[in-house]
Amino acid sequence: MANQDYETHEHDVLVIGAGGAGLRAAIEAAAQGVSVGLVCKSLLGKAHTVMAEGGIAASLGNVWPEDNWQVHFRDTMRGGKMLNNWRMAQLHAQEAPDRVLELERWGALFDRTKDGRILQRDFGGHRYARLAHVGDRTGLEMIRTLQYHGIHQGIDVYMECKVERLLKDGDRVCGAFGYWRNTGQFVLFKTKAVVLATGGIGKAWKITSNSWEYTGDGQSLALWAGADLMDMEFVQFHPTGMVWPPSVRGILVTEGVRGDGGTLKNSTGERFMFNYIPEFFKSETADNEKEADAWYEDKKNNRRTPDLLPRDEVARAINAEVKAGRGSPHGGVFLDICTRRPADYIRRRLPSMYHQFKELADVDITKEPMEVGPTCHYVMGGVRVDADTTAATIPGLFAAGEVAAGLHGSNRLGGNSLSDLLVFGRRAGLYAALYAKDFGGAVTITPSKVESIASAMLAPFSRSGGENAYALQAELQDTMQTLVGIIRTESELKEALKRLGALKDRSGKVRVEGGRTYNPGWHIALDLTSLLTVSECCAQAALERKESRGGHTREDHPYTDDTWGKVNIVQRLREGVVRLTRESLPQMPDELRVLFQERK
Amino acid sequence: MPTFTMRVFRGDADGGDFKEYQVDADEGMVVLDVIHRLQATQAHDLACRWNCKAGKCGSCSAEINGKPRLMCMTRMNLFPAGQTISVAPIRTFPIIRDLVTDVSYNYEKAKSVPPLRLKPPEADGTYRMMQEDIDRIQEFHKCIECFLCQDVCHVIRDHEEHKRAFAGPRFFIKIAGLDMHPLDTVDRSEFALRQAGVGLCNITKCCTEVCPEHIHITDNGIIPMKERMTDNFDPIVWLLRKFRGGQKEAPA
Repeated sequence: MANQDYETHEHDVLVIGAGGAGLRAAIEAAAQGVSVGLVCKSLLGKAHTVMAEGGIAASLGNVWPEDNWQVHFRDTMRGGKMLNNWRMAQLHAQEAPDRVLELERWGALFDRTKDGRILQRDFGGHRYARLAHVGDRTGLEMIRTLQYHGIHQGIDVYMECKVERLLKDGDRVCGAFGYWRNTGQFVLFKTKAVVLATGGIGKAWKITSNSWEYTGDGQSLALWAGADLMDMEFVQFHPTGMVWPPSVRGILVTEGVRGDGGTLKNSTGERFMFNYIPEFFKSETADNEKEADAWYEDKKNNRRTPDLLPRDEVARAINAEVKAGRGSPHGGVFLDICTRRPADYIRRRLPSMYHQFKELADVDITKEPMEVGPTCHYVMGGVRVDADTTAATIPGLFAAGEVAAGLHGSNRLGGNSLSDLLVFGRRAGLYAALYAKDFGGAVTITPSKVESIASAMLAPFSRSGGENAYALQAELQDTMQTLVGIIRTESELKEALKRLGALKDRSGKVRVEGGRTYNPGWHIALDLTSLLTVSECCAQAALERKESRGGHTREDHPYTDDTWGKVNIVQRLREGVVRLTRESLPQMPDELRVLFQERK
Repeated sequence: MPTFTMRVFRGDADGGDFKEYQVDADEGMVVLDVIHRLQATQAHDLACRWNCKAGKCGSCSAEINGKPRLMCMTRMNLFPAGQTISVAPIRTFPIIRDLVTDVSYNYEKAKSVPPLRLKPPEADGTYRMMQEDIDRIQEFHKCIECFLCQDVCHVIRDHEEHKRAFAGPRFFIKIAGLDMHPLDTVDRSEFALRQAGVGLCNITKCCTEVCPEHIHITDNGIIPMKERMTDNFDPIVWLLRKFRGGQKEAPA
C-alpha cells in the first residue's frame, strides 16, 4: 500500500522525549561514542521541562553548609512516605550536586550568592534551602543549556515526531515506529536500545498544569511492549495552580512563592496550614506563626513553616478548606506574598509569576493575593526500572525522568524533578549506550508488524460516522477529574473503570477528517490510545491500594497502613489485559536506615 | 459571553486563504483558547502549535491582526466585542499548514553559533561568578525562542537572499550572551560579522517591540555588539593590515 511507505533511520540508542531527561540521556549516550537519535513530539526546547519554575534540588551546601546528600536523601524518602526505591533516592541525592555543577559548566547561569556561588532557595519538604534556581524560570535555563550543549554532540534530532509503538525482536526491543507530525508520513527507527524520557500523564485530568504532550506515551509504549509499570496510583496534585479566570485554571504557580515567604490564607484571613500538620511531620514543623516566619532566616532554632509541607499535604489541606466553605471567591484559597515581601523583591525573585498574573488574570501580585487551588502536576509512578542502570524489565528498554517510577515513592518533593532528570537521564544514556555496545547480532524488524501498526494508525481516516476525538478526550478528562482526583473512594474508582472501558470501546470508532499533514484531530485521536491506557492503570492501581499515602488518598481508607508501606503495585499486560500484582519494596541497608532515627 | 468573528488562515504550501468563524469567548480567554474551541467544535483539523499556555515555551507564535504575538498571552478582552480578529501564521517562515510554519531556519542558525569554551576553574575546582556580572546575560537567557523577533526582522522577512548570512536578533542575543559570559574564552567577532551578519541590522528595534519577554534585544544586545565590532574589528583597519601584511588577520 503506497500510503504505508515509511522512511528508516538506524541508531545504536534512540531516546524518545527531549525534555531534561531525554536531552541529558542523549548527551551521555553520544559521549560514549554511539550513534544517537533523539525524538520529540514538539520542537526542540519546548518540552515540559521548560515550564519548571522553582529550581533543581541538590545539596551543594552553598547557603547551609550543614546540608549534605544524607539530609537530601532523608527528606526525599520522608516526602515520598518511605515508598521510594531507596537506591534511587540515594543515587539521586549523591549525584545531584555534580549534575548541577556540570550544567553550569555547559553555560547555565544560576542566581548567585554574595560570594559568587550558586544560590539556593527554600522549598517544600527540604530541610535546608537547597534549590539551585534562576528566578522562577529554572526549567527554561536547564532545557536551553542542555539543548545548546546537545546540538554540538552529533545527535540526530527528530522534531515533531511521535513514536506510536516499540518493536521487538524476540524479547528485546529493536525499534520504534511512528510518524512525522508535520507531514503525517511514517518513520521507522531501527535501534539497539531505547531510552524512554516522555514525561507524564497529566493530560488525563481536566485541571492540569500539563500541556497536550503528556498523554502517557512512554508508560504505554513500555506496557504494550511487555514491560512492568509500578506505582501508577500515585499522582501529584500541585497545591497551587491558578483558578481564575477559567481559561487559565490549572496553570502552575511555583512553590517558590511560598519558598520566598508567601503564605496560604483562607477567606477569613487565617493561615490555615497550621491546622493541617500531620503527625509524621510534627517534630519538624512550626506550630505557630512566629516560629514559622523566623525559620526563613534561622533554620537552626526554628522549625519549617507548614506552608512548605510536602505537596500532597498542602493540596489536601486546600481541598478541605474549600470544601468547608472557607475558600476564595473562585473556589481556591489565597496565596499572599504582597503583605510579606517588598514589591521589588517579588518582581526580582518571581518575575514570571508577576508577569503571568498581570497578563492573564489582571492581578498584581505585589499588591493583591493570588487565588490558587490544586492542579494535576506529576505522576510518581511509571515504568519500573533498575535503580542503577534505569533498565526496564525487558531487554533494551531504559527509562528516566517522570516516565520512570521509584525515586519519588508516593509523593515527589518540589525541586526533585529537575535533579531526577539530570541524574537518571545521564544514567539512562550511559547504560543504554553500554548495552548497545555489547549488543550481539543484527537488529531485525518484522515488516508485517510495521504494516499492521501503520494500518491501525490510518484507520480513523476511513471510518464512516463515528466519534469525535476531542469530545472523547474531554470525557476522559472529566472522568479522571471527578472520579480519580485528589480524594478517591472505591465506588467512584469502579465507576471510573467502567466509564474508561466504555470510552475505550468508543475510541475504536473515532473518525478523523482532513488529511495527514499537521492534523491535530488525528494527533489527538492517536494520543487517546495511550491516554486511555494510563488512565486505566491509574484507576486500577488506585482501587487496589486500600490506604492513603502521598499522592493517593482514599476517603474509605483514610489512614496510612504499614503493610501497604512494604509493597509496590506492579502492572503488566498479559493476553491483552492489564494484570496487577503486589511486590515487596526493596529494603534499605542499615547504614541508611539509621538516618531516619536521628532527630534534631 | 461575547461572540467574535475569527478570520483564521487556512492553507498550506500550495496556497490558502482566511476563513471566517463565529466563536464565543468566555471571561479571561486568550486567542489560543478560542483557537482550541474552534478545533474542538468547528475545525477539527485546524493546525496550530502550542505547549505551555502560559508564555513560557514560545510555541504559539502567530500574527494577530497583523501583529506578531503569542496566542496564549493575547487576551480576547483586548478586542472590542464584535470586532473581527485575524489570525495568520508568522509569515517570514515557509508555511506547513494553517498556523504552523517551518521554523527550521532558526535551528540551523542555532547550530552555527560557536559554543561556550570555559576558562580553567578556580583552585578548588569550582567557578565563581558575581550576580552583577551575569544580570545582563540572564536577561538574554529569558528568551523563549518564540521567533517573533525573527519573524518581524525585515532583513529576514523581506530579503530571502540574506537568510544564508544573517542569523537574526534571536541569535544576536545568543552570541552576546556567550560573549559576555564571565567564564567564556571564545572570540566570536569574526563569526558575528561574517556568518551572523550583525552589520545588516539597522537598529529599527522591531525585534525589541515584539519580544514577549521584554528583552532589550537592540539596546542591550545588538548595539553593544556592534560597538564591540567597531572597537575590535574596523574593516578599514583590517584591509590596511591585510595590504601591509605580516600582522594578525583575525581580530584580537
